[in-house]
Amino acid sequence: MSKWHLRVGSLLVALSIFVVWQVVTQTRLVQPIFLPSPLATFAPLWRGLTHGDLLTLTLVTMERMIYGWMLASVAGILLGALIGLSPGARLLLTPMLELLRPLPASTLLPIGIALFGLQPSMLLGVIAFGAIWPVLLPTIHGFGAIDPRLHEVARNLGVSRLAFAVKFGLPNAVPDIIAGMRLSLTACLIITVVGEMITAQEGLGATIMMAARSFRSTDLYAGIILLSVVGVVNNALLGLIERAAMPWRDIQA
Amino acid sequence: MSRKHIDLLARVLPGWLLPAALVVLAEGAMRISGIQSDGLALPSQIAAALLSLLADGDIFLRSVETIAPIAVGVPIGGAIGLLIGVWLGLSPVAAQLSWLSVELFRPIPPVAIIPLTMLIYGIGIRMEAAIIAFACFWPMLLMTRDAVASVDPRLIEVARMLGLPRRNQIFKIALPAAAPRIFTALRLTLGIALIVAVTTEIAANPFGLGYAMISAGLSLRPDAMYAFLVWLALVGWSLNAGLVALHHHLFGAASGAAAQ
Repeated sequence: MSKWHLRVGSLLVALSIFVVWQVVTQTRLVQPIFLPSPLATFAPLWRGLTHGDLLTLTLVTMERMIYGWMLASVAGILLGALIGLSPGARLLLTPMLELLRPLPASTLLPIGIALFGLQPSMLLGVIAFGAIWPVLLPTIHGFGAIDPRLHEVARNLGVSRLAFAVKFGLPNAVPDIIAGMRLSLTACLIITVVGEMITAQEGLGATIMMAARSFRSTDLYAGIILLSVVGVVNNALLGLIERAAMPWRDIQA
Repeated sequence: MSRKHIDLLARVLPGWLLPAALVVLAEGAMRISGIQSDGLALPSQIAAALLSLLADGDIFLRSVETIAPIAVGVPIGGAIGLLIGVWLGLSPVAAQLSWLSVELFRPIPPVAIIPLTMLIYGIGIRMEAAIIAFACFWPMLLMTRDAVASVDPRLIEVARMLGLPRRNQIFKIALPAAAPRIFTALRLTLGIALIVAVTTEIAANPFGLGYAMISAGLSLRPDAMYAFLVWLALVGWSLNAGLVALHHHLFGAASGAAAQ
């Protein structure tokens, strides 16, 4: 089978999943309140996007996610560079960071609520802080794992510390940073949705929670589908950024 | 103390100095400034709360409530993901055919199905286990697929040349060769399961450590909230450390580097 055949085949497999979905709902194997048929799901989804507020809600959620991600990335790269370039700081901080890392980011929500109350800026801060780890730790590693001979060369050439960080450190750390930013964006989406669910701030998270509480399953599925679309868009976007930031990857592959 | 012990101490000690200094600093600063907040607690109060939670056994009960859905959800989601992953890893055609479906369904954030499982199961262990199973299914599938696909093809070729039946090719050659990476997948999946469990409890399910944390926070008991947080960090860290040690024990130090 050629590559082209396989692509068409994979499309058919995906379509057949929707056919199975339709058959399962039509034969009433599953109650429609738990799993509405594809048509009953996509029609309100389309209506909500074109005439309702689903598009606005999606954009609100995405905006919150992107802002949180940008804050986490900038803070993670700057802090990571500072810690990574100083062996003393690495020695002092790494064990503490390793202990904090396995903590679920969502545990920041109760703390954020207790400290700052239910404000939109509190949620943004929690998203940024919770999503900083996947950027921070690889950045520390990327800046820390510079060949010692490069340090020596730079010192002999009289390169300033800032120039060393930008010209030697950054290119060395970019693959780690990009991989971390990918994980960070996924984390941002998850914390955003959970945060909206708990704090009931406008967005898809609160919307699907309300839909489930009032047994409006088509609205619930519409929200889940939109969140998955956000996930797919995120992946595509990061693929583009990856290619733009590391053009040498394509040549190697 | 021997030379080796001193070396070890010199390596490990600085990492503990900073957290210890921070704790002492926080205690001192908060005592001197006399700050009053519903979101802060003195480190000594947090330690006291943790000790009393340990003493009356409450924290163990909450931990069991968190671990039970993990113990149900991970085997279900992990086993299905493992089976499909092995299949897709062995058959490149199947992997290609499933490509689009995987790309479409994998990005569904596990937290997005919290409301759906609430609708179906209500609150309780089943709802949480279902989310954990869903969350563990994808990473297990993808990592197993990649682990099996990257088994040296010459191993399979030799097995085929020697006339080993297909079933034995899988169980005697492919799976043992992929086993260390599959175990790493299991370790990462368990980490994800703990995160998803606690997140579900914070967002919706009134059980376990996650709910204990948020309800302590909402009932203005920051000392208990931070005590549960410290306990969660310990549980998460020891789970990972224990599995890394088990990995070393099972597969030797050589494959341990890949596990980190």
